Amino acid sequence: MGGLTWNYILKRFSMFLLTFWLGSSLIFIIPRLAPGDPVSAMVVRIVMREGYMENAQEIIESWKERFGLNDPMAVQYVKYLGNVVQFDFGFSLARFPTDAWDIVLPALPWSIGLLSVASVISFIIGNTIGALMGWDKTPRWLKSILPFSLTFTAIPYFMFGLLLIFILAFKLHWLPASGGYGRGVDPGWNWEFIKSIIRHGTLPLLSIIITSSGGWALGMRGLMITANSEDHFLLAQAKGLSPRRVFLRYGVRNAIMPSLTAFALGLGGLVSGSTLVEFIFAYPGTGYTLFQAIQTQDYTVIEAVCNLMILITSGSVFFIDLLYPLLDPRITFKSNK
Amino acid sequence: MSTINTENLILDAPTDAKKVLEVENLRVQYDTPRGAVRAADDVSFYLKEKEILGLVGESGCGKTTTAMAILQMVQSPGRIVGGQIRINGRNIVGIPESELRKYRWTELSLIPQGAMNSLNPVIKIKEQMADAIRAHENIKKKDLKPRILKLFNDVGLPERVYNMYPHELSGGMKQRVCIAMSIVLNPSVIIADEPTSALDVVVQRVVAQTILEVKERLGVSMIMIGHDMGLQAQMVDRVAVMYAGRLVEIGPVMKMFKNPTHPYTQLLIEAIPSIKEKKPLKVTEGLTHDLRNTPEGCIYQFRCEHVEDSCCNEPPRMYQVGIDHFVSCRHAAERARSMELLGGYHG
Ligand SMILES: Nc1ncnc2c1ncn2[C@@H]1O[C@H](COP(=O)(O)OP(=O)(O)O)[C@@H](O)[C@H]1O
Ligand SMILES: [Mg+2]
Repeated sequence: MGGLTWNYILKRFSMFLLTFWLGSSLIFIIPRLAPGDPVSAMVVRIVMREGYMENAQEIIESWKERFGLNDPMAVQYVKYLGNVVQFDFGFSLARFPTDAWDIVLPALPWSIGLLSVASVISFIIGNTIGALMGWDKTPRWLKSILPFSLTFTAIPYFMFGLLLIFILAFKLHWLPASGGYGRGVDPGWNWEFIKSIIRHGTLPLLSIIITSSGGWALGMRGLMITANSEDHFLLAQAKGLSPRRVFLRYGVRNAIMPSLTAFALGLGGLVSGSTLVEFIFAYPGTGYTLFQAIQTQDYTVIEAVCNLMILITSGSVFFIDLLYPLLDPRITFKSNK
Repeated sequence: MSTINTENLILDAPTDAKKVLEVENLRVQYDTPRGAVRAADDVSFYLKEKEILGLVGESGCGKTTTAMAILQMVQSPGRIVGGQIRINGRNIVGIPESELRKYRWTELSLIPQGAMNSLNPVIKIKEQMADAIRAHENIKKKDLKPRILKLFNDVGLPERVYNMYPHELSGGMKQRVCIAMSIVLNPSVIIADEPTSALDVVVQRVVAQTILEVKERLGVSMIMIGHDMGLQAQMVDRVAVMYAGRLVEIGPVMKMFKNPTHPYTQLLIEAIPSIKEKKPLKVTEGLTHDLRNTPEGCIYQFRCEHVEDSCCNEPPRMYQVGIDHFVSCRHAAERARSMELLGGYHG
């Protein structure tokens, strides 16, 4: 094995910290660039609901004071960094006095569950299709039907989701159209609940898998075609290895590397959820939570979701960086030179 | 003098050495949107037991294509459109893939053109050596390592290479790994496609020497592709000269160097740089026509100094002008014949 060196690990770890800091800072800046502020937004909502609110202006001011929204940006930023380090963002601004984490955490398992299953299945299906499409020894009949599986890639997945809801939920009544589990089902480790989760998850899962495996397939196809014309691939054939072995060890083994990196990069998306899919299927995940937080300019919830996302993304990149030297022995070598 | 009946030019009885490889009327073309590239056109030659045959010609003339055709590995959009390739008398053109795999590496092995990229960067050397063996034999795990180390020893590689990855090796070492790999199954024929051209000059000589030693010890036959005529002169028994997809001359190396017969061979030999005398460089680069529309008649007609009307009408066939020596030019054959006669008079 290429082997890990402390030097390498340290370098990668500093990269991880740097990425995390940059990402967090962006998350601080971007919501504050939008006009308005969360307190006014909340007061406006209350006014719209109740029709009237006493001392609205004073309430806004005192809350702003309380949340530190009147402090100079620099002070806010330092406080924010302190929060990031402790990973505590305080109360939700829109649903005071609920803690931001108490809103985000319950949504997390839903998104992670849905998207990790969807990602792994898409990755496997997509890369298999792509590898077969890019291989010159694939049986002709297979090669001619595989491209049809990619036609769905052209459809945005929320459109496809709507189509699935229309056919499978409203017309055929096979599957539920929305939610994470059925009403009246007891959440917990019981078969009824698990069954309900699976039934509710099927449509979102399908719409993600069918529309996103195409991306993997197209990428893998290109990588595989390149791998096919590598000298070592030809030599493996000349050696008389079985086509299966040539395909797996001299083709897929080499072509899969960039896809793996892309996959790791995508892991951060697991916690942020798939906003559109969750929105369409009213799925109780973080994507839906983020959507609501953005609507209400709930800085702290946005910060909680996004920081979690950044942490997972840069963390998984760091992890893959550590894994890569084991998969591709050239990596440590280069960085040592 | 110029009216010798060419039909009588068959001077010598065929030699009795066994022919391990026979290529007969091989035609390979690449189908491109702008027409078919005839990269090997009616190529015929044979390779005798324990012989090294050099295959030379400017780049793009079809050397690699011919080699790949012999291995049945012409890459798309190329395909073999005609001819036979016989290994120990058995034709392998058009036989099914599963049948072909039995010939691969056991009968025919390859030292590839780009040694730099011919090893899989993510698999250890020992594995790449081992899978060639495992594909054709049931070998016990404990026998594998001694066998591979023995091969390393044969080609002058240190034992530590066994556990290394390709990127940890120098270019020369990688090429040695490729040489060791080509002999793991004791093939009848090794095809070496410019095995030294990616290396620097010193390493080139050393690697060439290694190939020769291995060849001597195993008594294997080789086809050695290259464009360095000087190196070829030292290594090979016979040379085959290709031009624009055609074989123009093939013969014993000494004879070809002393008395090149075909005008193109003459040009190549003259172009070899020499320290003793400075001579004006003759331009030898570039084909004069597109391989997509080959002219009628002789392939060399546009560049030939001795071109005649008859050259442009009818393509020449291979005329034998000596032992294992053939030339694809009627006039050259006639000239060679008369030289032979004169030579006979003078001694
Ligand atoms: N994949 C290909 N598609 C089209 N033409 C090709 C392809 N590969 C080789 N050729 C053509 O075939 C001819 C012979 O190529 P090659 O056998 O590689 O020559 P050499 O090894 O002598 O340099 C060249 O003129 C080249 O243009
Ligand atoms: Mg070549």
